[in-house]
Amino acid sequence: MGTLKETKKKKLAVRGLGAALVAFAGWAVLLIVFGMIDPNVLKSGNILNLLRSMAKYLLVGVGQSVILITGNIDLSIGSVVAMSAMISATMMSKGISIALAVLASLVCCLLVGALNGLLVGKFKLPPFIATLGTMFCARGVAYMANNNRNTDAISTGLGKELGDGFQNFFYYGKTLGVYNAFWIAAVIFLVVFFIMSKTRTGRHIYAIGSNVEAAKLSGVNVYTTTTKAYLISAFCSFVVGLILAGQAGMGNMEAGTSYEMYGVAAGVIGGVSPLGGTGILLGTFAGAGVWQTLENGLGIVGAPVGIQRIVIGVIVTGAVLIDILVRRGKKDK
Amino acid sequence: MSETIVSMQGICKSFPGVKALDNVHFELRSGEVMALLGENGAGKSTLMKILSGVYTRDSGSVTIFGKECGDLSTKQAQALGVAIIHQELNMCPHLTVAENMFLGREKRKGFIVDTKAMEAEASAILSDLKIHISPNEIVGNLPVSKQQMVEIAKALSINARVLIMDEPTSALTAKEIDELFRIIRRLRADGCGIVYISHRLEELQHIVDRVTIMRDGQYITSMNFKDTTMDEIITNMVGREIKEKFPRVECEKGEKIFEVRNLNAGHLVRDISFQVYAGEIVGFAGLMGAGRTETTRAIFGVDPKTSGELYVDGKAVTINGPMDAIRAGIVLAPEDRKKDGLCTKLPIRENIALPNLDILCNPLGVVSKKKEDSMCRKAVQDLHIKTPNVEVDAGSLSGGNQQKVVVAKWLARDSRVVIFDEPTRGIDVAAKVEIYNLMNQLKQAGVAVMFVSSEMPEVMGIADRIIVMCDGRITGEVMAKQTTQEEVLTLATQFENKFADRAV
Repeated sequence: MGTLKETKKKKLAVRGLGAALVAFAGWAVLLIVFGMIDPNVLKSGNILNLLRSMAKYLLVGVGQSVILITGNIDLSIGSVVAMSAMISATMMSKGISIALAVLASLVCCLLVGALNGLLVGKFKLPPFIATLGTMFCARGVAYMANNNRNTDAISTGLGKELGDGFQNFFYYGKTLGVYNAFWIAAVIFLVVFFIMSKTRTGRHIYAIGSNVEAAKLSGVNVYTTTTKAYLISAFCSFVVGLILAGQAGMGNMEAGTSYEMYGVAAGVIGGVSPLGGTGILLGTFAGAGVWQTLENGLGIVGAPVGIQRIVIGVIVTGAVLIDILVRRGKKDK
Repeated sequence: MSETIVSMQGICKSFPGVKALDNVHFELRSGEVMALLGENGAGKSTLMKILSGVYTRDSGSVTIFGKECGDLSTKQAQALGVAIIHQELNMCPHLTVAENMFLGREKRKGFIVDTKAMEAEASAILSDLKIHISPNEIVGNLPVSKQQMVEIAKALSINARVLIMDEPTSALTAKEIDELFRIIRRLRADGCGIVYISHRLEELQHIVDRVTIMRDGQYITSMNFKDTTMDEIITNMVGREIKEKFPRVECEKGEKIFEVRNLNAGHLVRDISFQVYAGEIVGFAGLMGAGRTETTRAIFGVDPKTSGELYVDGKAVTINGPMDAIRAGIVLAPEDRKKDGLCTKLPIRENIALPNLDILCNPLGVVSKKKEDSMCRKAVQDLHIKTPNVEVDAGSLSGGNQQKVVVAKWLARDSRVVIFDEPTRGIDVAAKVEIYNLMNQLKQAGVAVMFVSSEMPEVMGIADRIIVMCDGRITGEVMAKQTTQEEVLTLATQFENKFADRAV
C-alpha cells in the first residue's frame, strides 16, 4: 500500500485531473497575457461578460464530453440547440405559455437524444453516421418550427413583462452579481460532474468507453448507458437553445451552428480523450473557459476574425498533440 | 556451434513507479533453445521487448552477432534477424494472412503492391509449416490458435536468426505444439538461437537446451537444462518451494445448485445438459474450439440462446443478458482478460466495483466510497494483488495480477455459480496456485464452481468431475480421480469418430 500522498498523486494521473489542472493553468495564462496587452480584458465587466458567453460553450462541452467519454460523438448538438430555440421561441411568440413552450422544446430535444441512443447503442450504427443523420433532421425541424422563418420577438406573444422575464432569467439577469446564464450552466455542470464521478451511471459511462466488451460482461447495459449519455447531451443542448432564445429574444434557425465542434474543442482542451474512457468534466470547464477567453480576448485586442479562427484551431490540435507527446515520453522512459 | 549471438549486459529499465529490469544479463548462443523463465512480472517480456526494439533500455549494452547496438527500433532489430512473437497477438484483424505476414515490408512492383508474389511466398511458408490456412484469408476470421500460427509463420518469413517466442503454445493444441517443436528443432539445427518463454514447464524437456531464470526484474541464474531439475527451476523462479502444484480440498458433495438442460446456441453449443452440486468443482475439458467458452457465454447471456433451461437452486431462471445472470447468482470470469475482462484504462478500483455497483450504490445510484474502499481493500488482500494502490490503471499490472483483478471483481459478491474460463492462462505458477486456492475456498463455501481449462493436468488436478466437450457437444463425463489423460483425450476427440460414422 502506498502512502496517502502517493495515492493522491496516482489519482491525479489516472482520472485526468492533471490534464484539467493544466487547462486551468493555460486559461489563467491566457487571461494574464490578454490583460497585459489590453487591461480592459481583466476589468470586472468583461470578466462577467466572458463568464456569460462561456455558459454556452460550457454546456455543449459538458454534453459532448460525456459522449466522448463513452467513446462516441454527438454531431447533432448544434442542431438540437437550434431546435430548442426555434420550438420554444415560436410557441412563445405565438402567445403560448413559457412553461408549455419550454416543456415542448424539452420533449423534442430528449427525443433526439433517445433516437441517438437507439441508433448507436442498440443498432450499433457508427456514432458519426447516426448523429450526422439526426443533425440534419433536427436542423430541419428547427426550420419547420416557424415555416422556414426566424420567429418574431417572443414579447409579441408573451407581452413585454413576461418576455423580459424570460430573457432576464436565461441571459440578461444577474444573481449575486453574476449573469444567470453562467449560473444555469454551472449548476448543470455540477450535476453532470456529480453523475459522472459519483454514480453508477457515471461508472457505466466510463466503462463502456474504456472497454465495451468487458463492460457488457460485467452486466452493464450498453444500450441504456449510451442512451443516458445522449440524453444528457441533448438536455445540455436544450438549455443552450433557451439561453440563445433568451439572448436574442427570438428564435434563429441558424442558431448553434458548429456548436458540436465547440463542444469537442472544450472537452479535448480539458483532457477528455476522444477515444473514450478517460478525462474529467472539470477539464471541460477549463476548456470552455480557454475557448471563450480566446474569442473574447482576441476580439478585444482587435485580432481579425481569420486570425481568431487560426489561433483557436492551433490551440485545439496543439492541446491534444502535447498530451500525446507527454504520454509517449512517459511510456518510453 | 556454440558461438554467442546475442549478449545483453547490465540491462536496466524503469517504467513510472516500477523498476522492471535491474542489471540483467542474458546470453544466447547459436543452435540452442534458451528458456527464459520467471514468474509474471519477473521482467522476461520487458527484456525481450528491449532485444526486439519495442522498448529502449535505460542503461546496459546489447550485442547482436558481435555488433554492439545502440537504441534499436523494431525495424532495425528485424534487419539484424531478431523476430518476436508476442504473448498478445499483434495482428491487423481486417487484413489477410499474407498482408499481415508482409506488413511493413510489402513486396512491390514499381509503386504497386505485388499481392500475388506475397501470397505465393506466404503460401510456401505456411505449407512448409503444415498449416492449412489460405494466405488470402482474413485474419480476424481465424480462431486464435490459427492466428498465432500465422504470427509464427510471419516471424519465420523474415529469416529470423534470433527468434523470441513469448508463450507460443498457450493457445495451441497438442498437435500444433508438436508441429511447432518440429519447426523449432529445425531452426536450431540451422544455427538459429531461439528464446522460449513459457509457463508450461512440462514442455521444456521436449525442446530446451539451456535455461535463464529471472525473478522480480533481476537475473537469477542460467544453466544447462540437463544439469538441473524441475524443482530447482521452480525454486529459483519463485524463490521458495511450492509444495503442492494442485492443492486439492476434499468436500462432501452437497445438494444440486445449478442445472443446465438442453442448451443450444449456435453450432458450438449443442444440446448441453449438466448439473453442478455444492462442494465440487466441475472441470470442462476439450480441445480448442470444442465450444466450452461458447457454452459459458451462452449461460451468462452474452450470446443468444436458441433453446435451453437453466435452474439455480431448483428454480428456473431466465437469462437474456449478463445482468440477468448476475441477478440470478451466476457470474463469469471470461477467458481473454484484455478483450473481455478488464477496462484497462480505468483504475483497479473501478474495475472491481463495476459489476458490483448494485451492492455499492444507494437507491439513488450514488456510489458509496466507504463500501467501495472496503470491497477493494478486501479483494487486494484476499487475492494478493501486487499493486502500489487501487488507483493505478488495471492495464499497467502484470498479466497474473490483471487476471487476479478479473477474478476479484466477481468474487466480491456472493454468487451461487462461479464460472472460470481459462483463469490461469499465461500466469505464473505461484499465481496459479492462488487461483486454485480461491476455487477451493468457493467449493468449501458451497458455491457451484465451473472451471474451463485447456491444460489437462490442471483440470485433472483441481476438478472433482470433468465434463468433456467436443465440437459443441458433451462427449463424456468422468470423475477426475478415476480417469486418465488418455481417456479424457479420447472423449475430447470423439467428433472424428462421429464424423466417420455419419459418412458411412
